[in-house]
Amino acid sequence: MTRAPLVALLAVLLALAVVPGIPPFWITLANNIGLAALVTLGLVLLTGVGGMTSFGQAAFVGIGAYTTAVLTTVYGLSPWASLPLVLLVTGFVAALLGLMTVRLPGFYLPLGTIAWGISLYFLFGKLDLLGRYDGIGGIPPLSIAGVSLASPQAMYVVIWLMVLAAFVATGNLLSSRTGRAIRALRGGGSAAESFGVDRARTKLTVFIYAGLLAGLSGWLYAHLQRSVNPTPFGLGIGIEYLFMAVLGGAGHIWGALVGAGAIVLLKDLLQRVTPMLVGADLQMEAVVFGAIIVIMLQTARDGLWPRLVALYTGGHHRQLAVPQADSPLPPRPAVAPGLTRRLLEVEAASKNFGGLMAVKQVSFGVSAGEIVVLIGPNGAGKSTTFNLITGVLGLSSGKVSFDGHVLADASPRQAAALGMARTFQHVKLVPDMTVLENVALGAHRRARAGTLRSLLRLDRAEEARILADAARQIDRVGLTEHLSKPAGSLALGQQRLVEIARALALDPRLILLDEPAAGLRHFEKQALAELLSKLRAEGLSVLLVEHDMGFVMGLADRIVVLNFGTLIAKGTPAEIRTHPAVIEAYLGGTE
Amino acid sequence: MTASPIPAASASAAPASAPAALLAVNAMSVNHGPVPAVVDVSIDVAPGEIVTVIGANGAGKSSLLNAIMGITPGSGEVTFAGTPIRRHPVEARARLGLALVPEKRELFSTMSVIDNLTLGGWTATPAERKRTLEEVLDRFPRLRERRTQMAKTMSGGERQMLAMGRALMSRPKLLMLDEPSLGLAPRIVGEIFRIIADLRASGVSILLVEQNAKAALNAADRAYVMELGAVILQGPAADLAADPRVAGIYLGV
Amino acid sequence: MDATILLFLVQDGLTNGAIYALLGFALVLLFTVTRTIFIPQGDFVAYGALTYALLRAGHLPGTVKLLAVFGATALAVELWSRRRDLTPGFIATQCATKLGVPLAIWAVVAVLGAAPRPVLLDLALTIAIVGPMGPYLYRIVFQPLGGATVLTLFIAAVAVHIALIALGLAFFGPEGQRAPALIATSLKLGPVVVSGQSLAVYATTILLTAALSAFFALTLRGKALHASAVNALGARLVGIDTHVSAKIAFALAATIGAVSGVLIVPMTTIYYDSGFVIGLKGFVAAIFGGLGSFIITGIAAFSVGIVEALASFFASSFKEIIVFSLIIPVLLVRSARSHHGDDEDH
Repeated sequence: MTRAPLVALLAVLLALAVVPGIPPFWITLANNIGLAALVTLGLVLLTGVGGMTSFGQAAFVGIGAYTTAVLTTVYGLSPWASLPLVLLVTGFVAALLGLMTVRLPGFYLPLGTIAWGISLYFLFGKLDLLGRYDGIGGIPPLSIAGVSLASPQAMYVVIWLMVLAAFVATGNLLSSRTGRAIRALRGGGSAAESFGVDRARTKLTVFIYAGLLAGLSGWLYAHLQRSVNPTPFGLGIGIEYLFMAVLGGAGHIWGALVGAGAIVLLKDLLQRVTPMLVGADLQMEAVVFGAIIVIMLQTARDGLWPRLVALYTGGHHRQLAVPQADSPLPPRPAVAPGLTRRLLEVEAASKNFGGLMAVKQVSFGVSAGEIVVLIGPNGAGKSTTFNLITGVLGLSSGKVSFDGHVLADASPRQAAALGMARTFQHVKLVPDMTVLENVALGAHRRARAGTLRSLLRLDRAEEARILADAARQIDRVGLTEHLSKPAGSLALGQQRLVEIARALALDPRLILLDEPAAGLRHFEKQALAELLSKLRAEGLSVLLVEHDMGFVMGLADRIVVLNFGTLIAKGTPAEIRTHPAVIEAYLGGTE
Repeated sequence: MTASPIPAASASAAPASAPAALLAVNAMSVNHGPVPAVVDVSIDVAPGEIVTVIGANGAGKSSLLNAIMGITPGSGEVTFAGTPIRRHPVEARARLGLALVPEKRELFSTMSVIDNLTLGGWTATPAERKRTLEEVLDRFPRLRERRTQMAKTMSGGERQMLAMGRALMSRPKLLMLDEPSLGLAPRIVGEIFRIIADLRASGVSILLVEQNAKAALNAADRAYVMELGAVILQGPAADLAADPRVAGIYLGV
Repeated sequence: MDATILLFLVQDGLTNGAIYALLGFALVLLFTVTRTIFIPQGDFVAYGALTYALLRAGHLPGTVKLLAVFGATALAVELWSRRRDLTPGFIATQCATKLGVPLAIWAVVAVLGAAPRPVLLDLALTIAIVGPMGPYLYRIVFQPLGGATVLTLFIAAVAVHIALIALGLAFFGPEGQRAPALIATSLKLGPVVVSGQSLAVYATTILLTAALSAFFALTLRGKALHASAVNALGARLVGIDTHVSAKIAFALAATIGAVSGVLIVPMTTIYYDSGFVIGLKGFVAAIFGGLGSFIITGIAAFSVGIVEALASFFASSFKEIIVFSLIIPVLLVRSARSHHGDDEDH
């Protein structure tokens, strides 16, 4: 993002630390904001970026706080020595809970988080080891080289250093290979799956990461307060954390800071103002929070942060330089010379949907360096055939093999690994990622950097190669001038080209296009046809599903025609054009 | 592409939509996000008339029907039976006598045939509902045979008949059919078009969207041909059936 | 533990389970018709319980005023959303349904005063006070969110929940309430003594379940509600106003909540925030049924009640933890069954 707000934030933080005469109460508020921002940062990643909602993050804070409380008071560990154990325990619990829910439809996770949020809260209050509802006191303060960090002012420095480190690391993560996979989860992530992203594993990674940030916040909290009890880890607080993310803007990491700041300050204000207005402690802040969240959801679902950014930048986005790299990504090994068999072989493929045969005994093949087009009227079974080849659907019977490998049932990731790259009939790009990042997602399988390397920014050399390759693919489809725009801001024709560039970034042997000409203008279709001819000339194989006969006639080497799930004709465009069965299928019977 | 001039017979820019027009759509445009799906389309249907809109997949035909029904927002004026209905929600348009059989049928899949039909008569009085139900079951004997069967267990053709029957239960002034032959075997397509011809004989006005150009032009009085969201040809159905440009659009010559 | 204690625990579990079943039904109904995971369902239980207990004790419950606040807010939202084409007739109807109804109820309760009344009249008054809150909340919060994702509606529901808790404190105060048993006598069946209260719970559950089944199976309005749940677009195409369906579903849910509160408040002391945990047990049951099946939800609700009763005997301090941990095996089973996870677009 833009640098100026960050500089302003640092200035305020520094001022609070060094300007004499700052009321201690301000420091306390700043500490609370920092602790909440850590938890909310995890939630932003989970909810806004990854599309998962949790009301149970307060429980992870509790696990972190209680773990260090027990380790330091019962077992006499030093606070610093307990930190890795705190992260281990919260990470382990998060992994357990995550394994149970990440495969489920969206609403099971939040319901599950409510259930274990309550369970863990009750557990904190019932266990003798954790001091039941009285909690644990006498937790030692942090110290560095014998100097105690017991004062709120000293803790302020520790907390905010950690908050800033967490924000920087999370920013690194999001602009990395793993980060692109996370950001592609929203909207289902089936496109990401087709480029080799393991959806369930990526979700689990985010879930554990969010749990770790909450655990870290709990560790800081325990050594700030020097005592713990169940109250701040209840479901109500977990709900508050989620509201911070929603209010700040769950789609962007700085939204976490804005949301945490806004809610902590507002809560403090309301708690001081309401008794003056109504003369009693009525907890009216909960009503105000509830109303604010509902109004936000009704009128500004993206939260405050995008609005603040728009105010500051006037809605313009930064132009990125075209990325360069010293060395290219390793290319896919060439096909063994003298290969005579076809690249893709579909043999008697059938698909049965609950008694309805959508595809019946369809056989055809695609050789290296040719364009094959699958056509047929609406409902002919083209998309089903396409999904059988790309591993989105499993075969009922028959066989699909690619480059000599038989495809296992329903595995888009295997199809990607073998070198099949696809586009989607309904464009599936991540609209708020740039064109460059969307295309880079296509190269996911060609790189290796994991979460840890991304967090620590050790992935930069490889990342530069990925981005340089993505830029090259964008150039191949002629979109270099749109490289740094959000993909969602492009016209449909351009978005289809971005999908083709993303497919090319996989370094495929075969590229499968699902109705790429639908909704394109005449000149766009011509450009697309030229691009596909060019790719064929470079040795790539292309399989198209298409409706538009005019578009395919001049382009295809061979055409395969389906109707009612069966193959009715195969041949060159000239043969197909005069084929009586094809004419009848397209113009209708003579009834 | 085949940028054909609109035939002289109906060259006047705003087709003189006589006050008698049952449905008049004026300068309708529909966008799906940044993508224009329907561009400045004007069509009309007179009482008792069967009008068809044909064109290749992706030409914007379904988007046009959905916008007329109020399912997706579109700009431009829509007047139905003399009432401007642009601000009416879907259910209010249904109550005025506009019925749509959508491409996906949108049946109540876990309910019986009879319940689907009965709900089709939601806007009618109980006596009227009972009478119309008998008429619909007479028109679709297959539905009478399967009156207690759950909608989701029926074949594609039966589901299409049920969707048409449900729409007829409201005794609509205009019946809009979106791709009624979609995914159906040729024998069933023939049956569906025979029913459409029957309906015409009993005076129901129909706006028919079809890919099956031959069958649609056979059934209709007038036709519009759409391409890339715009109407590029219009005229009497018989004339267009003989027009080589129509075949050209479909086969890409 | 001997057989008598076991029988007693089972009876206790079945009584609570019956209430969880009612709540589970309300949650499934709301989810299928409006896609809302209605976290505040339990708050209606607390509102119903406290309203009934105060009516029994001859007080004017604060919910009477709260209903007027909700009505007035709903009226404001409705008039604002239609500000471009307001007609006098429309304004009059809206004022009558959103302001007239709460004020009339307030007047009736005030006129009846502190005089002792039959139980059924107080039950009816409780329903009249809490029931309309459902549709008012729908109008204020959920109707403007039409087309939002399940998760957005969920977050809104949680926001409503925390607001209702705070409003409960403001209008009822922190004191808990308990009402006398609905039926004072008890029934002896061999070694088992069935309390009149339990009988009242069973009878009410059976009656309400039968009434709901009849409503969905026999009336056109019930079928329209079912149709809105199965296919909202299909329902609109035949002229059904799906907002009306949603308001009816919310009214039914609030009514079920209020009745559950009346059933539960003679058995335990209810505070302004007691409802949430009770409602959550209905959720555990509803999740067993995948938020779609009424039958599985019912069976699961009784299981939850019995597990809870046994847990309160064997490990009373871990009762809640055991009940809510029941959700974990359910999630595991559902997770094992789903291979890909659904492709939730949006």
